[in-house]
Amino acid sequence: MELAFIIEKFILITVIFMVSLGVAAYSTLAERKIAGYLQDRVGPNRAGPGGMFQPLADGLKMFFKEEIIPTDSSAALFILGPSLALLTACIGSAVIPWGESIVIADRVVSLQVTDVNVGVLYIFGVVSLGVYGIMIGGWASNNKFSLMGAVRAASQSISYEIPMGLSIIALLMATNTLSMKEIAEQQHGANWNILYQPLGFLIFLVCSFAETNRTPFDLPECETELVGGYHTEYSGFKMGAFMFAEYLNMFLASTVMSTLYFGGYNYPGMDWVNGITGPLFGPLIGMGVLFLKIFVFIFFFMWVRWTVPRFRYDQLMNLGWKVLIPLAIANIVITGIVITIYDKL
Amino acid sequence: MRGFGSMEPLSNRKKVLEQKPMNFWERLYLPAIFQGMGITFRHMFKKKETVFYPEVEREFSENWRGLHSLKRDENGKERCTACGLCALSCPAEAITMIAGERQKGEEHLYREEKYAAVYEINMLRCIFCGLCEEACPKEAIYLDGPIVPADYLRKDFIYGKDKLVEDPIDHRI
Repeated sequence: MELAFIIEKFILITVIFMVSLGVAAYSTLAERKIAGYLQDRVGPNRAGPGGMFQPLADGLKMFFKEEIIPTDSSAALFILGPSLALLTACIGSAVIPWGESIVIADRVVSLQVTDVNVGVLYIFGVVSLGVYGIMIGGWASNNKFSLMGAVRAASQSISYEIPMGLSIIALLMATNTLSMKEIAEQQHGANWNILYQPLGFLIFLVCSFAETNRTPFDLPECETELVGGYHTEYSGFKMGAFMFAEYLNMFLASTVMSTLYFGGYNYPGMDWVNGITGPLFGPLIGMGVLFLKIFVFIFFFMWVRWTVPRFRYDQLMNLGWKVLIPLAIANIVITGIVITIYDKL
Repeated sequence: MRGFGSMEPLSNRKKVLEQKPMNFWERLYLPAIFQGMGITFRHMFKKKETVFYPEVEREFSENWRGLHSLKRDENGKERCTACGLCALSCPAEAITMIAGERQKGEEHLYREEKYAAVYEINMLRCIFCGLCEEACPKEAIYLDGPIVPADYLRKDFIYGKDKLVEDPIDHRI
């Protein structure tokens, strides 16, 4: 492997890592701002102009707080929990195609860390690993509320991974590939998958709310019943890690949804724009479009959080097993029939 | 004893709600969710209710009762004569005072021959009912101040004359 390739990937990974962390940090501010605006308030506005430095202040606060490891907890697992949650939230973005390849000095640079040919499966694996952080953390706390939260998180994520996977199967039937890059390329222009898989997208959307433990499915940390849920015993930086992992997951879920269903970096009229701007800035504009879509999704996550109240646990399970899974299976059947008829024509 | 079930209705406006079974669209929940999201989205553009407190203070109502002030007369003399009616009328027993006799040369300070040498109000006891200003025959005490500020120690909530007596006239201009 040549050196330039390694440097190129290293820079790309660093930039993506920094951007995801930055987006996650400012999501915490955006969440509070949006919460404020939806409730006729203004949200945090004291730290810096318009509250710009609030994430820094929050981070500092988390960092300097006393960290308590409960006496009766298993310390190693107690530390492993948030670390695992943060790690799995960070590595998911490796297979996301952030844009078309750009050309710098006759060198084609791919804006994707790695094009695994099973990229979709990789993301699924990483996302389902994420719940282990919560489970281990909740279990190691040796606290009833934490354990309840962990158990809820585990059963919730198992229940919702099934319809999520099934909705993806219908998408894969339509796209014929598991590679994120090819899926993105197929949606060139305005040929987005949402046009072919509206029901699949709806199921995927609902499930991603459940997978990221966001309201209305934030049962694992349900304050009204479980104090703080799985992170009841956590404080300081480890608590911050859990919080941060949630926002990173939200960023990842938004990215995956944009890439799989909303065309990723593609937008109508992109060929025309690329013709004008050239092979360097054209793909970068596409990347900007992808980020715009991601931010819209993140806003949607927050908008839902401050509108829809939390589900009851039996309602959550009913929705997962009795509604979403049959719907997802029906979606597969319909997709299969349509594809067969289309091929015969 | 009669239970609530047998209570007679106070008004004849009681309505028994009939719970109809939900139709298909209601059972979908999605239309209701979208409706709710529309409502919250509209609130984003509404006028914000926030009052930026330290910079902007909300106007008090006309009959607002806040921090007490001991008044001076038009010549800047303290009006209070330490009669004790305010302390007597105080339902929370927040007011204490020690009377003093006006000496020669102090005529410009105190209006009457007797004055309050010590006048203390415990702001933690005070319920801001305003009975002291009603009881005062000399119009010497009014609850026309702002909100009592927060503090760390209980002893700091006992306000003496240094905090209660209003500034002399020439200081106010």
